[in-house]
Amino acid sequence: MRCQMKPVFALVDCNNFYTSCEKLFRPDLKDRPVIVLSNNDGCVVARSREAKALGIKMGRPVFKIQQEILQHGIVTFSSNYALYADLSSRVMSTLEHLAPRMEIYSIDEAFLDLTGVASADCLLEYGQQVCAKVGAWTGIAVCAGIAPSKTLAKLANYAAKHFPATKGVVDLCQPKRQKRLMALLPVAEVWGIGPRISKRLQTMGIFSALDLAQANPKQIRNLFSVVVERTLFELNGESCLDLEEIPPSKKQIICSRTFGSRITTRQAMEQVICAYTARASVKLREEKQSAKRLAVFIRTSPFIAQDQRYSNAASAELIEASDDSRDLIAQAMSLLQGIWRDGFRYAKAGVMLSDFRSASMRQTCLFETGLNRTGSHALMTVMDKINQKSKGKVFFAGQGIKTNWAMKRQRLSPAYTTRWTDIPLVK
Amino acid sequence: MSVSLIGHSSALASTKVKYLKIPFFFEHVSAGFPSPAQDYVEQTLDLNELCIKHPEATFFVRVQGDSMLEAGILHGDVLLIDRSIDAKHDDIVIAGLYGELTVKQLELKPVVRLVPRNKAYHAIDIPEEAELNIFGVVTSVIRNLRPQC
Repeated sequence: MRCQMKPVFALVDCNNFYTSCEKLFRPDLKDRPVIVLSNNDGCVVARSREAKALGIKMGRPVFKIQQEILQHGIVTFSSNYALYADLSSRVMSTLEHLAPRMEIYSIDEAFLDLTGVASADCLLEYGQQVCAKVGAWTGIAVCAGIAPSKTLAKLANYAAKHFPATKGVVDLCQPKRQKRLMALLPVAEVWGIGPRISKRLQTMGIFSALDLAQANPKQIRNLFSVVVERTLFELNGESCLDLEEIPPSKKQIICSRTFGSRITTRQAMEQVICAYTARASVKLREEKQSAKRLAVFIRTSPFIAQDQRYSNAASAELIEASDDSRDLIAQAMSLLQGIWRDGFRYAKAGVMLSDFRSASMRQTCLFETGLNRTGSHALMTVMDKINQKSKGKVFFAGQGIKTNWAMKRQRLSPAYTTRWTDIPLVK
Repeated sequence: MSVSLIGHSSALASTKVKYLKIPFFFEHVSAGFPSPAQDYVEQTLDLNELCIKHPEATFFVRVQGDSMLEAGILHGDVLLIDRSIDAKHDDIVIAGLYGELTVKQLELKPVVRLVPRNKAYHAIDIPEEAELNIFGVVTSVIRNLRPQC
């Protein structure tokens, strides 16, 4: 029999996650402004506290802030996904010990179910212990917002992050405290309320989160959606959203990248498409699915003169759903031949797998096509296993052995926690 | 001596664990008849279990230099760092000092100091106002006598 206790959620998230990762093994960067750049070292995707204070905005192209970088000695890194993924999994693993249920929401955020874990007057202390433990064990500082609904927990976390007096933990279970905070925050800060909806709400006289909480639910439902109505209930302390413990299975897998340098030959593009298809197939097998539809797209940069632009895509349905890289690559190659045009300087390409079928259920067709050859599953499994080890990589010759279209990452820090050979040089 | 970080134990994700298995059987198992020793087969020995309490809080570094020679820590050694335990007096720790990671013995009394274990080096006093950044406590030293290439 389930005990009908009032639910309590905590939203725990890392402070300036990427830059915190970069600073963890660099005590020399402790109070320095640090930024992390997107793929191809194009734009700012993360800023440390000090970089934010200097006014560096998210998404800014790096060539536009060269002046500030030089003037303030801003330390710049390329995205080190291996490092961030590893430190993230440590944070999540630590949190797992601290609550009966949790939902990993993103690389640096998780919801914890704290129902029944601590009595009402001990929740703040519990939150502080959680943050202290994560910080001590992983070296990544986190903040926690505790509330009776996920939406309120998000707001509580916002307060924990932005009001230093809270010391990084806010308990928002008291209605009085909820109202006080909601009155301070604009409605656009509420989880699920984007710029479009908040503009419309403002025309109705709803400016703060509290205004939304006090609005008429039926009216909100009619004018917007049941989702916004649910948000309204959640702001009033009524939990409508439970933890999603198992992430919903993927409906499509996309592998695409902007190139480091332009591609102009068919052969180079074939290498690219082959590589992306191979990568997408690995993810497909991880999901234990087969795909029945494959799409390929290629395009030049959209920022050049009209007559130099070209963009096209093609997709096809496979006769039988497959998870075999060889079949998918063959299909991708044939689609590429249909859309390739000489004389253009391609900036980006991608492959999308969709229409998934469970790998175990396959409708075989009347004509034996040679797809899903015997031993295919075994071969794919062996390939995946070999590629997981750091030595020895198995790839399809079509992928190209030395590539210069691969992502530019000139300021990549070492994979400090995932490669034995990645030793930072220390004097 | 300075320290560089080289990796973490793969004991974290259960699918990526690298076990060092040393079979531990009481009796040779022969084909045909079931062995009467079957009930006595114990767990295989696992290095992760020996050294790692909390994978999330475990990091590895590689030693450069000889400032901790007399503590049995040599150049090229791999050290296992545990961030989950509180550093106490006389623990060997990794600390961030003057912008570098360093391995030293920690003294908390009578004053806070980082002490090398090599007569050629001097101890470093840590004044009260200075924030001593302890990265973690060294719990194991791993030395390959036949280094792999």
